[in-house]
Amino acid sequence: MSDTLAVTSAPDVGAPSVSTASLIHARGLTKKFGDITAVDSIDFDVASGESFGFLGPNGAGKTSTMRMIGCVSPATAGTLRILDQDPIADGPKIRARLGVVPQQDTLDTELTVRENLLVYGRYFGLSRPDIAKRADDLLEFAQLTERANDQVEHLSGGLKRRLTIARSLINEPDVMLLDEPTTGLDPQARHLLWDRLYRLKQRGVTLVLTTHYMDEAEQLCDRLVVMDKAKIVAEGSPRSLIERYSTREVTELRFKPGEQETLDGQLEGLAERVEQLPDRVLLYADDGEAAAAAAHARGLQPETVLVRRSSLEDVFLRLTGRSLVD
Amino acid sequence: MLALVNTGVGRVFEHRFILYRKTFRASIFSSFLTPVLFLTAMGLGIGGYVDRGGANAALGGVPYIAFLAPGLLVSSAMQTAAFEATFPIMAGLVWSRIYHAMYATPITPRQIALGNILWFGARLLLISTVFTAIIVAFGAAISPLIVLTIPVAALTGLAFATPIAAFSATQRTPDRFAAIFRFGITPLFLFSGTFYPVESLPAIVQPLAWITPLYHGVVLARGLSLGTIGTPQLPPELALLHLAVLVAFTVVGTWATIKTVSAKLVRG
Repeated sequence: MSDTLAVTSAPDVGAPSVSTASLIHARGLTKKFGDITAVDSIDFDVASGESFGFLGPNGAGKTSTMRMIGCVSPATAGTLRILDQDPIADGPKIRARLGVVPQQDTLDTELTVRENLLVYGRYFGLSRPDIAKRADDLLEFAQLTERANDQVEHLSGGLKRRLTIARSLINEPDVMLLDEPTTGLDPQARHLLWDRLYRLKQRGVTLVLTTHYMDEAEQLCDRLVVMDKAKIVAEGSPRSLIERYSTREVTELRFKPGEQETLDGQLEGLAERVEQLPDRVLLYADDGEAAAAAAHARGLQPETVLVRRSSLEDVFLRLTGRSLVD
Repeated sequence: MLALVNTGVGRVFEHRFILYRKTFRASIFSSFLTPVLFLTAMGLGIGGYVDRGGANAALGGVPYIAFLAPGLLVSSAMQTAAFEATFPIMAGLVWSRIYHAMYATPITPRQIALGNILWFGARLLLISTVFTAIIVAFGAAISPLIVLTIPVAALTGLAFATPIAAFSATQRTPDRFAAIFRFGITPLFLFSGTFYPVESLPAIVQPLAWITPLYHGVVLARGLSLGTIGTPQLPPELALLHLAVLVAFTVVGTWATIKTVSAKLVRG
């Protein structure tokens, strides 16, 4: 088991630190709206072909960061280079090489699926024949071929999301910016989207995404930063973050309503670290079964016991003292 | 015009055109129907009574329908312009957020604003051409100069559309649009010299007509349609002044639209 961990965390070691090697380079990047600091002096680099994530709760500054990278919102302070260009001076040139999937769909709902690809391709100055050719491939990729002539208004949320992703690929971008690509989708639609994004990654497209879903970050990101209150609080591969900030396993104990509040003192020393959430107790230990056994040995009688592997959720809890999704 | 096609402004225009093509039939039908209804009801119907006592000096000695027609043309351009500059702008920035999608590409906010204003102009030229053809068919045109009322009507439309679009871009909900129509467009339609000379209004109200573009557009269009431009009824200097007011509204409105659309897009 520990061998696997060592292998999966290996890419972390090779993470680039030289600015010229990175597609996106940020130092002291700051965004303020009046008195509110949305992004507070953050540093990060994204290398070519990498899949990089911003993980954090709503309001952590993820979207503001993405908008600065997307060259649609100027930084208040700090350095930001994208594709070795300046987002203020070269905004249109940089945007020509980006594929943007915004948090909220921005499709033209009065047009058909194919017409949406057409007008969007025209914004990049592509010719109509070129767009038509690419549109066929993209519709296939997004599994929308049969809906090509349907008006967008009538599509489900999942289909719209897939069209938004297909649309963002019309210019064959070097970097894709995905702001919460699967928020609001049902599990089936999410898995299909993940599969499509994974294929893009295989093709060498650089992915930059934000999410507040742990599983999404673990599935898609080679490397990620955890954001909280406008700052980056940790950085690494999902595996290495879990290793650094959590234990191998977690034992979740759920008690009868009201019982958990009476346990003070009885939980101490059961595991390396003990966290109390409103609805359950988390025991952080490398051997979850042993922690569960220790709890039973003390005479604790939880209604349910669940031993699971640590996740990024645990990392976030450790770093911020709060859970990630409300 | 060809050179424009492959610019950002041209591509924004193209998007609007593709959208318009879908509703072209319904739209062109109503472009025909509205002037036919108005000219029949008011020009022929009411005009029949107005003209009963012979040529009316206050109307410049022409049949009422000839007096009315250029006013209706310009007013109708104003109404279309006000509509185009409110709800579609809100859709682009707030509802479907399609302008945000454009801004994620090499297109700039300035090009988004200008492409839409160019579209207003094209749409206004189209409906004004249809309207003018119907005026001619009704025999209500006196001078061949009526052809020039088409650009005058379109310009008057832009003099409304651009400042209204600038305002629309600052709004998050359409709540205040009703006020624009209720307290702006409808009273102007009634009191800016479309149906009767502004001089028939109480002297104290008359200056109110002067500060809005509609009055200037109506006077100019009427001078062209009746062929009185260049005569003491509408001296060239005065005609130029009317034109200058319309241009000024359009230029300032365009500048303001670029500002407010940019601000909204950058804010997110």
